[in-house]
Amino acid sequence: MNIHDIKKEFPIFDDKIQNNDLVYLDSANSSQKPRIVVDRIYDFYTKEFSNVGRSVHYLAVAATNLYEQTRVSVQKYINAKDRDEIVFTKGATEAINLVANTFGQKYLSEGDEVLLTELEHHSNYVPWHFLRKAKNIKIEFAEINDDGEVTLEAIEKKITNKTKIISVSHLSNVTGAILPIKEIVQLAHSKNIPVLIDGCQGAPHLKLDMQDIDCDFYAISGHKMYGPTGIGVLYAKKKWLEDLPPYQGGGGMINEVKKEGITYGELPNKYEAGTMATAQVIAFNESIKFMEKIGIQNIEKHEKELLDYGLEKLRKNNSVNIIGNPKEKGGVISFTIEGVHPHDIATILDEDGVAIRAGHHCCQILHDKLNLPATARASFGVYNTKDDIDKLDEAINKCKKIFNL
Amino acid sequence: MDLKDLYQEIILDHGKNPRNLGKFDNYNKDAKGNNPLCGDNVHVYLRLNENKKVEDIAFEGHGCAISMASASIMTDMVRGKEEKEVKEIVTDFLGMIKEKDSLDTNILKEDEKTKLMSLSGVKQYPMRVKCATLSWHTLTSALDNSDQIIKTED
Repeated sequence: MNIHDIKKEFPIFDDKIQNNDLVYLDSANSSQKPRIVVDRIYDFYTKEFSNVGRSVHYLAVAATNLYEQTRVSVQKYINAKDRDEIVFTKGATEAINLVANTFGQKYLSEGDEVLLTELEHHSNYVPWHFLRKAKNIKIEFAEINDDGEVTLEAIEKKITNKTKIISVSHLSNVTGAILPIKEIVQLAHSKNIPVLIDGCQGAPHLKLDMQDIDCDFYAISGHKMYGPTGIGVLYAKKKWLEDLPPYQGGGGMINEVKKEGITYGELPNKYEAGTMATAQVIAFNESIKFMEKIGIQNIEKHEKELLDYGLEKLRKNNSVNIIGNPKEKGGVISFTIEGVHPHDIATILDEDGVAIRAGHHCCQILHDKLNLPATARASFGVYNTKDDIDKLDEAINKCKKIFNL
Repeated sequence: MDLKDLYQEIILDHGKNPRNLGKFDNYNKDAKGNNPLCGDNVHVYLRLNENKKVEDIAFEGHGCAISMASASIMTDMVRGKEEKEVKEIVTDFLGMIKEKDSLDTNILKEDEKTKLMSLSGVKQYPMRVKCATLSWHTLTSALDNSDQIIKTED
């Protein structure tokens, strides 16, 4: 599958949006869906639907097999050791909440510290804040440097003998900084501290190898990986999933239920209570296959080319200020224009079909640190082209014109 | 939709050079508002005299051209008005931004109404309506002495 011809795999680009060709630069928020993923949902509901893991009729068995096939695909895609290490959730947010809740319950008590970074998305801060309220734990933030990166040294500086878990982004959704996660894991493990990686922005864009990274937990968002909404993955080392208490209670996660007591199911069912997002999980398999077909190396290369081109183009555009300058950077360009608020930028760009995001991108801690209430952000996916970036640049010029800059 | 409807000259002018921006010393009512969606915030200060007239009004905050222009025009418009007149203007304005085609209140002069109507373009941009209404909700909160911070999400 040729990445330079990939737009046609995505039905959203077939038609005009508000009379414009869509220039979709909001993939860090959520990616568009290839036809095969959309079709898979339709086919499953129209030809194959049944709940999974319960009944023994033909459709139930077939659906269960399909559901489990996605688990194996994910396991292989991220090179996890065991398929039981793949837990389906409703998203990366739920994956992080699951860890914060269960790890917090068992291992955190008053005065213990959780180490995050200033780059974190709210989904990797708020769940820990719940523990701060409930258990009086402390939250520390490793600082960003002037380039918008978090270095290994910045992490090391904040580790104390009270640090019980480290939870960091793989790739910042604002500055695009790629964190040295392997080194962070090595450092943490040398001090017996487990590490959770928020892989929302990592998984869609970077090659993943859980056994090589050696992290304890890795949270994945399905809808940012060309998959359906309502599906995410928690990768966790088996020892943790066996050791930690269940998260939600309900059907499917139990072994035996008696009036006097309950025993819980085996992995991975222990963490998948209730009817899961079955169709989405099954369709997510197509997203993985889609990415495998293109090849993650090709995706990385393509997005790096777009990033370099975008940075060069926008740096030349007067009054555009790019946020952060990390040495290792993913396909995200956050920027401001002197004299135009990011929300106005987004509205004006939208008029030409250029879809970007404006605001704090769920990273208020970072924006406070940068002393910026909001930024505009263009983020890339496999379907973007240099032409999209040219259109972004032109739309920025129009914006400057409206504001008489 | 036409961007010119949204970014009229008067909006760009008030957005760039907001009137009544800052804080004054002897205010006796104030309230904060924020828009969690975009991080915009506003703090409205006003002084009501013994006759319940707005003697002075100002605001602090940051936000997009729409929110700054809206706060700027609002503060210009309600200075010197009585509390109940202010409330009538607020209700009329919010009604216009949400559904009505015009402003109905007799309190405002025609040129004032024209000025306010310059904000009517946001109707076509549902995500931006909150930008235009934040300062107005905050003004109401200040008048009502509400301790609650106004959030546009509510």
